[in-house]
Amino acid sequence: MVPPMNIMLAGFDIILIASLLWLAWNILATDDIFKAVVLFISFSLLMALCWVRLHAPDVAMAEAAIGAGLTGPLFLAALRRMKRIHKSERRMDLEEKRPDQQQTAGPASGRFNPVLLMLILLLACLTGLLAVVSGILPVQTEGLGNLVADHLPRSGVTSPVTAVLLNFRGYDTLLEIMVLLVAVIGVWSLNPAPMPRQTMDTSPVQVSLVRLLAPVMTLVAFYLVWQGAARVGGAFQGGAVLGGAGVLLLVTNFTWLHAIPSRPLRLGLTLGPTVFLGIAVWCMISNGTLLAYPESSAGSLILVIETACALSIGISLTALFAGGRPNDSLSE
Amino acid sequence: MGIILIILGLPFFLSGSIGLIRLPDIYNRLHALTKADNVGLGFILLGLTLQADNLTSLFKLFFIWILVLIASSASCHLIARSAIRKGIKPWSRQ
Repeated sequence: MVPPMNIMLAGFDIILIASLLWLAWNILATDDIFKAVVLFISFSLLMALCWVRLHAPDVAMAEAAIGAGLTGPLFLAALRRMKRIHKSERRMDLEEKRPDQQQTAGPASGRFNPVLLMLILLLACLTGLLAVVSGILPVQTEGLGNLVADHLPRSGVTSPVTAVLLNFRGYDTLLEIMVLLVAVIGVWSLNPAPMPRQTMDTSPVQVSLVRLLAPVMTLVAFYLVWQGAARVGGAFQGGAVLGGAGVLLLVTNFTWLHAIPSRPLRLGLTLGPTVFLGIAVWCMISNGTLLAYPESSAGSLILVIETACALSIGISLTALFAGGRPNDSLSE
Repeated sequence: MGIILIILGLPFFLSGSIGLIRLPDIYNRLHALTKADNVGLGFILLGLTLQADNLTSLFKLFFIWILVLIASSASCHLIARSAIRKGIKPWSRQ
């Protein structure tokens, strides 16, 4: 007999998968970009639920924080900027060619889109290929779980996820942190951060809410980093929460935010990568292997790296949301 | 006891969701959603605290409820405010 709890969970899973597919289709099919962004945020939240069901709360947290909490606002900000550009372009268009206003119906109004059909066919082929390959290849049921469990005592932490991320596969994480730094450098090199229009007044409720929430979120972020050694949490989750706090501060338009000189920002951005790389190199000098922490101090080293990285990740995500370099560029 | 409280909380979520779909305009929908969901969440978290096995998780659950209360009322206010700014007229029976 199958216990009723399992049947309920299976039903829940089926509904979850069905709504994910439905949402994904709607995101692609809708003409309204705003609607697509909102649906994307819900998609990320459901995806986080999926990770919870797959017993991966770490990934779920990162998905909810980064997918829904940060990518959503990033998309919305991009959309707002796109609309502004679009509006000014349209105004120019109207001034230029007022006579032939009737010809505004674009070529996209046709119901049948050959590109879309092609894409669907290709996707179907790819899915079929994947199905065939997964049938041919032997299924590896063991995975590396046992290996990780065997070496866990030597990693300095008790959470297997943190052990893999920061110790066994520390190299990957080091590169991930670098990628984030490079992304911020890329954004900064494009243009200075847009200054908010001074006339925009913010609701007093929002101001006091952010004043209340920002410290609480900072506390939660470092709690997540601290907790990462033993349970769910870590630098990326903590950093994402910190980034969320930064985004809240940005959208509330505190004037002091724009008066922050850029030197401490730059130091904060590079703190995580520098500390991580420094410890890695120090390990190489003392042991001969990159990122091979001495067993006795592995736990504290991981905590130092995670704290520095969380700070840098938080600042990076906020900087990405701000969308440009600070206005007092050092080079100018 | 905890289970009873949790089940008691569910209809509030249901009515909130029905309100979101059925009510005529954005202000009514916000009203239905935030009011009903806050009470529903209160019941569910109260039920969960009765099942919590230590004081720390009890405190955390209570903290979650307070945070959600603050966040949902504030976001309700912000959505309504931006709706008014955009000039969406409240619905009325002619």
